Amino acid sequence: MPQYAILLYAPTPADWMEAPPEELEAHDRYAAQIEELGGRIVSAQALEPSSTATSVRGDVVTDGPFVESKEVLGGVTVIEARDLDHALEIARLSPATRRGGVEVRPILG
Amino acid sequence: MSPARATPVERAVADAHRREWAFVLAATARVARDLDLAEEYVQDAYTEALSAWARDGVPRKPAAWLTTVAKRKALDALRRGQTLRSKLPLLVQPDEADMNDPTDVTVPDDRLRLIFTCCHPSLSREAQVALTLRLVCGVSTGDIARAFLVSEPTMAARLTRAKKKISAARIPYRVPEAHELPDRLDAVLTVIHLLYTTGHTAPSGEQLVRSALVERALDLARMLLRLMPDEREVRGLLALLLVTDARRPTRTDAHGRLLLLEEQDRSAWDRAALVEGHRLVVGALRGGNPGRFVLQAAIAALHAAAPSYAETDWPQVLTLYNELHKVWPSPVVALNRAVAVAMVRGPEAALGEVELLEREGRLSGYRYLPATKADLLRRLGRHREAATAYRAALDLTDNEAERAFLSDRLAESSARRVDA
Repeated sequence: MPQYAILLYAPTPADWMEAPPEELEAHDRYAAQIEELGGRIVSAQALEPSSTATSVRGDVVTDGPFVESKEVLGGVTVIEARDLDHALEIARLSPATRRGGVEVRPILG
Repeated sequence: MSPARATPVERAVADAHRREWAFVLAATARVARDLDLAEEYVQDAYTEALSAWARDGVPRKPAAWLTTVAKRKALDALRRGQTLRSKLPLLVQPDEADMNDPTDVTVPDDRLRLIFTCCHPSLSREAQVALTLRLVCGVSTGDIARAFLVSEPTMAARLTRAKKKISAARIPYRVPEAHELPDRLDAVLTVIHLLYTTGHTAPSGEQLVRSALVERALDLARMLLRLMPDEREVRGLLALLLVTDARRPTRTDAHGRLLLLEEQDRSAWDRAALVEGHRLVVGALRGGNPGRFVLQAAIAALHAAAPSYAETDWPQVLTLYNELHKVWPSPVVALNRAVAVAMVRGPEAALGEVELLEREGRLSGYRYLPATKADLLRRLGRHREAATAYRAALDLTDNEAERAFLSDRLAESSARRVDA
């Protein structure tokens, strides 16, 4: 099955410590839901808040995320799904859609 | 080639192009598994038809002939490995029929797959519109570019980007399942409706009606209803287009000046289209819970059935607008509803609602908001404020016919202001 990255965006600085407990519990249940839908988690990583980020552009190193915005990247889940519709069905259930949102990107290959 | 000098065979090929393109391409795409290549093979098949039909006569089933030729080209290319698995692979999901009998040689009607793929929600609306015209209607990239007032390279890039996304993100070539259908169908209907309105009221330029787009939208709505005869919203869309289009010849006067519904010559409306539209609306309303296209069609049909603007069943129009606003709470619907409010409860009440919409700000930049407000103010005799609103509407309008109309009204209001 093809792979898709589900990029999780949360209100800046995307600090998981600030997430409501229900949302964190929902994340724990999410893996099982993906399996039920016939998908599979390849990998899942949560990131430290964007206040801990360091960006490098050319040879300039700066404090903070690469793109400053209201919402920033807070985690990445890589899944296997049959096609885009299947991947979107899985993405729609992501607890990250509650406060922020997710971006679904096919993985090259 | 000019249609007047076309040979019978050229006319037959042109006719098959308009009627059968979607069928031929949809079937070929399933075999070619690549939209770009499928387009190429289908184009070649039409070219071949010119000479073959001149030699052997026009076949009894042109679509079957064209599909066979295009599919053979696709299969040949696949066998020769020419496509090298390929520029833009298309994810064809087998349907049940394929599973049951893989040797079935009948040509499945894949037009719905093609339509739903072109209108997939992960594509931008403008990409959906462009893809539908190019792939479902077979309109050339240059013609699509001219219809949407962009350069041909811009339109070509838009189409290529959309096809690349279909391929890279693996948007499946299939008809959505029942549980996804309402949303997915709504996107298809929205695209067809947008094609119609773009043709009906060109956003700029002198020609108010770009009739080619209007015809394409009507063709698409008819095709969709044949393919999905039980979908009431499809029925509603076709009815809405027919009833709206029946008034097309009376939308402007001999000088191209825009005429309001109340000024139009109702005897010149296309009766046949109105009758057909009315029949569709009645059928679609049966069963309750009408959707937004059925409700819009019902409103348009009520207008069409009235002997005059004043004698329209305005209370019923308002009731339908209330229903419409429930299923589709858009500020544009609220603005149109205000016009019905003016007819039932007077311009003062309607003005209150328009001003509320204005304060909400969701319609800023929408030219019909100041135009509607100006008309209500004019009817209340508040000419100075009406003039200001007409000016605001003019600033937002590129369409020549609409500009001429608004300029006339502005001049009237300004003159009255001096009198007062």
